[in-house]
Amino acid sequence: MHKLWKVIILLVILSPLGIIVPYLVKAGSAWGEWGPEEIKNLIGYVPAGLERLSSLWNPILPDYNFKGWEEKPLLHQSVAYIVSGFIGVFIVGGVAMLIGRLISRR
Amino acid sequence: MNWGLVFVAFIFGGDIVHIPDGYLGPQTYGAMFGIMVPLWIKASRVLNKTLKSSQIPLIAIGAAFSFVIMMFNVPIPGGTTGHAVGGVLLSILIGPWATLLVITIVLVIQALIFGDGGITAIGANCFNMGFILPFVGYYTYKLISGNSPLNSKRRIIAAGIGGYVGLNVAALFTGIELGLQPIISHTDRGVPLYCPYPFSITVPAMLGEHLMLFGWVEAIVTMAALAYLLRTNFIKEWEYA
Repeated sequence: MHKLWKVIILLVILSPLGIIVPYLVKAGSAWGEWGPEEIKNLIGYVPAGLERLSSLWNPILPDYNFKGWEEKPLLHQSVAYIVSGFIGVFIVGGVAMLIGRLISRR
Repeated sequence: MNWGLVFVAFIFGGDIVHIPDGYLGPQTYGAMFGIMVPLWIKASRVLNKTLKSSQIPLIAIGAAFSFVIMMFNVPIPGGTTGHAVGGVLLSILIGPWATLLVITIVLVIQALIFGDGGITAIGANCFNMGFILPFVGYYTYKLISGNSPLNSKRRIIAAGIGGYVGLNVAALFTGIELGLQPIISHTDRGVPLYCPYPFSITVPAMLGEHLMLFGWVEAIVTMAALAYLLRTNFIKEWEYA
């Protein structure tokens, strides 16, 4: 089982490939990354409900990056991506462990 | 059908399996939470009876794996990106109900901390990726693998087909939920309030990119991970395989 955690750690370290490869082949941003501005460019207007709801939540690490690092070089973003990966793996693993214990103990 | 718009949606469409805030109206995202609540209750009841404490570490690793594999965005050159989820692989390891719970945890953390998928869309995203994908994929796998031995090629290929089918059906549901929006949520003058694209764009765009690329990514990830786990013998019990 410890070996499998090593595999997870290796995957987190390799995870910046998930932003570097799309950058190299000039893939566009996902629908989630469209701000109201970009939607306006695409269809000519911003749907009212979409504009209202899209700013509903302010995540701590938006798009697995540090706040204000959106324009930083890819190397910086890769570091933020790896840090985000470790934080995420730690939290989901911990929460899954906790919920698993709560459910199986009852 | 407006193929120009389909093309635009296909190119810019992106990781739509994670529906963001603002793309679904309250009727839809509310209904999706309404569908998920009994499924979450059912999952915890099933696990209450079946989950052994020895399986908990595997559940934690499964959650970590699903989280990290979704970080590997695979691009369509010049177009959009998508990723695997690992739903069928998890179902083979821990069963589909535990997978529903694990993917729910992953999606909630992704939405809350990383803004990947909307808060309001958690119900819809859990339905598509946490329920449809693992259940459709897992029972497809069961059907194809039949009584073949655990270590057989047929079982590995069945898992790959399960992953491909499961992710594509999940993408189809996502396309339907999005395409419903301009019909049910618009202003008095017919201007869409949420996702502005109709079925004729969302469904072909969603299915197209998943049939063409992301379904194959899910299949390859599923088969590679399953083959690795069978070869290394880290998993001692295969009660759901």
